[in-house]
Amino acid sequence: MDFITLSVVKAVILAAVLMTTLAYLQWVERKVIAHIQLRMGPSRVGPHGLLQPLADVIKLLTKEDLIPPHVNRFLYILAPFLAVTLALMSFAVVPFGPEIEIFGVRTPVQLTDLNIGLLFLLAISSVSVYGVALAGWASNSKYSLLGGLRSSAQMISYELPMAVALASALLLSNTLSLREIVDTQQGYYLGVIPKWNIFRLPFPQILSFVVFLICAFAETNRLPFDLPEAENELVAGFHTEYSSMKFAAFFMAEYANMITGCALATILFLGGWHPLWPAEWGAHLVPAAVFFLAGAIAFYHGAHPARPRDRRTLPIVAVVFWMLAVLFLLPEVRAALAPLFWFAAKTGLLLFCFIWVRGTLPRFRYDQLMRFTWKFLFPVAMANLMATGLVVALFPDVS
Amino acid sequence: MPTSYTELYFPVLLQTFIAMAVAGGMLGASYVLGKRVRNRVKDMPYECGIPPVGSARERFSVKFYLVAMVFILFDIEVVFLYPWAVVYRELGLFAFAEMALFLALILCGYFYIWKKGALDWPAQEAGELARPEPARQDAA
Repeated sequence: MDFITLSVVKAVILAAVLMTTLAYLQWVERKVIAHIQLRMGPSRVGPHGLLQPLADVIKLLTKEDLIPPHVNRFLYILAPFLAVTLALMSFAVVPFGPEIEIFGVRTPVQLTDLNIGLLFLLAISSVSVYGVALAGWASNSKYSLLGGLRSSAQMISYELPMAVALASALLLSNTLSLREIVDTQQGYYLGVIPKWNIFRLPFPQILSFVVFLICAFAETNRLPFDLPEAENELVAGFHTEYSSMKFAAFFMAEYANMITGCALATILFLGGWHPLWPAEWGAHLVPAAVFFLAGAIAFYHGAHPARPRDRRTLPIVAVVFWMLAVLFLLPEVRAALAPLFWFAAKTGLLLFCFIWVRGTLPRFRYDQLMRFTWKFLFPVAMANLMATGLVVALFPDVS
Repeated sequence: MPTSYTELYFPVLLQTFIAMAVAGGMLGASYVLGKRVRNRVKDMPYECGIPPVGSARERFSVKFYLVAMVFILFDIEVVFLYPWAVVYRELGLFAFAEMALFLALILCGYFYIWKKGALDWPAQEAGELARPEPARQDAA
């Protein structure tokens, strides 16, 4: 297959997977938040509310697409367009797995491996501020303006510690290509502890991982940093005046940015698609075991149903999980899919943390938020950078 | 493996087109599908249901400009960190000394703006200063 066809096929598959993930991340979030708050969550549309994302899309598409007369029309329409475009663009450089062979074609699971991949991602994330700032200004409403201003100030402020935290991880990996960053984290200390950047000698990057994660929360305007859309003071912040799909576009961009942030944390700090422990210790059996366990849990709850309907739906879920488990026991399939499993598992765990935090923490006050980044996170990230630099310079051969 | 610049950047272009198509398709579809009912009240800027007071194009806190300016200064500094980090192991202690000097100069500026209060956000807005400070609860 020639290069262009291959790229197009990969891009289309990526877009399809991404759109499904975005739709269902919303469902997962609503379910998890609901269970944290002892509610059921979406449960009416389809079994366990599984068709809820579809219903939401149809509802949003057929809602009135209002363009109020007081807005700046061009920028008002450009802002959601920009937000979604930029959020989806960043996936062009994210590596999801190593080179795999599928249907006789050998190709890396990544659209393109730019040698400046990390800078590309940072650049895109910087430009994303425009979507929010323009939306706030173009709406010509007080709440939108305040939300947009707060949001842009917050996003640029948290970008600094984030960039510094990434630079400290780079001191260990010494490359800007995301694929090579993952490759440098291959191997294990003492045969068990993975050489991921958060455990990496000579200076484990736990601190910069935490700083990066906090900044990722702020960059995506998630709780506890969702000041731009603080409902009880700003109505909805920068998207107060938006309706229909334009309104949903901002949420789509937020979820896409969440996935990018978690994927970036996985790549830079958690060793990308490298398993948690070596294959000799049975890492190659983990995907099958996880899916088998998930199936067993689903089956148990199907046998002891909380609602009569669960007696029919949950065994089906269990069978699907068990089929996946069997699939991961086949050596050829495992070789191709196990790295993707590990990458998805790490990213998914981080995404779950995003949702978990949203269900747990209250919102910051704005002055606390700005003081936190400028007077705490930035110096901490800087100190960590210099400490890493010193230790790496003193022990350049330890890795 | 792609080697030339065209081959490396073609997928980026492709992804950009797909992203634009998705975004444009979404917004376009809702523009075509949604029905429209307009009236005078719906066309007003939203202000919690009461008639809007004044314009949104008013002056806002100068703090936001300050943050943007300080951000640009420090962001340029951070951009220098990236090439430095990539060649770090080759240069060793020399690179560390160079960057320590550079960061020391930057940090002088950082502590200067800190002391000048550019990083302080008043907990209360100017109009609310007359209100008494709430009693502190932390007796411990």
